[in-house]
Amino acid sequence: MTATLLYEDRQPFALSGADRNPLRLTLAELARATGWERKPQGLCRGETCVPEPPDAAWYDSSSGEIDLARFAAHLGQPVATDDENRVVAIGAPAARRRDALLSLEAPDFELPDLDGKLHRLSDSRGKKVLLFSWGSY
Amino acid sequence: MIAVALDTAGGAAVREWIRPSDLASRPKEMMELMGWGPELVARAAAPTFPCLIDERHLLAELYDLVNVPMAVWIDERGRIVRPAEPAGAGDSFRKLDMATFTVPPEAAELGRKRRGVYVDALRDWVEKGDRSEHALAPEEVRRRVRGPSGEHARAAAEYRLGVFLYRAGRLEAAKRHLAEAVRLRPESWNYRRNHWMLDPGAVGELNAGPEFWQAVQALGERDYYAPIDMAGMPPAK
Repeated sequence: MTATLLYEDRQPFALSGADRNPLRLTLAELARATGWERKPQGLCRGETCVPEPPDAAWYDSSSGEIDLARFAAHLGQPVATDDENRVVAIGAPAARRRDALLSLEAPDFELPDLDGKLHRLSDSRGKKVLLFSWGSY
Repeated sequence: MIAVALDTAGGAAVREWIRPSDLASRPKEMMELMGWGPELVARAAAPTFPCLIDERHLLAELYDLVNVPMAVWIDERGRIVRPAEPAGAGDSFRKLDMATFTVPPEAAELGRKRRGVYVDALRDWVEKGDRSEHALAPEEVRRRVRGPSGEHARAAAEYRLGVFLYRAGRLEAAKRHLAEAVRLRPESWNYRRNHWMLDPGAVGELNAGPEFWQAVQALGERDYYAPIDMAGMPPAK
């Protein structure tokens, strides 16, 4: 069974190989699935680098793998797992979502319409937007 | 305007809603109450604004939406001038008589009045921009923003996992994770109602079954829709 990682707002990432644990990734997989890369100063994504504390031990030098559960715990990210189907979802930390709202800058997103065409909120910059949520239920 | 359907069943649910296959067989009283009819269907089928589908409830995560209809006002610079709040909706629907699908006239009138106040406020903002009394000052927007807690973030992760499993055809596993999201964030009616609507026969239907009404009744004196703090807005019930 293919293991799958759902990382923050990224597309699902399927891990190749049998009996994979979606919480243990090689460095190459880590970069593709999450955008984080291991550098001398720690794990980095864009301008942000997270130094590895002595007790964190999220990098296993013997296997060359990152333990994503430990890294997520360090960042305060929520983790949801389904062992039976080998799927893990790691969300954004609550503090990041809250800070984004408190900045007052409307968080951007990309979603499809009924025909599958993608739209971004930022496409409407320069116009007032009523962002209206509804449901068929 | 950008309308976003928080519908885990995706396009199938939205298509069934905008082009219902059973419109003729729905009770007349329910049609009147909900404003359903050929005219509404024609309008819904030809929108003049982007109508997007959010299966995994990303928008709920980004903007802290817990019910529908809710709305956020965003100005030309991309700044939030009113954070998430019910879009004129209130609790008068709770006076519905299930046997007749009718609400007392005074409750129906209150619902109409609240929606009218909301739409008038929206028009005022569109015309006057920051000079509108309904465009909130930055400190007031920040005061109203609660943002998600750690439990809420966990609920969102469980929900996303459940949606992935649903799309993969693993219905029972999906329901387990959606149920966990509901347990972690019981005040999210979006999670709760989508959790009830994943079975193939329920997709696109209005969820007005006994489980919904029992959950609403269990609120007791608590609100279903949060109060709307807006000048001129009458009480919700």
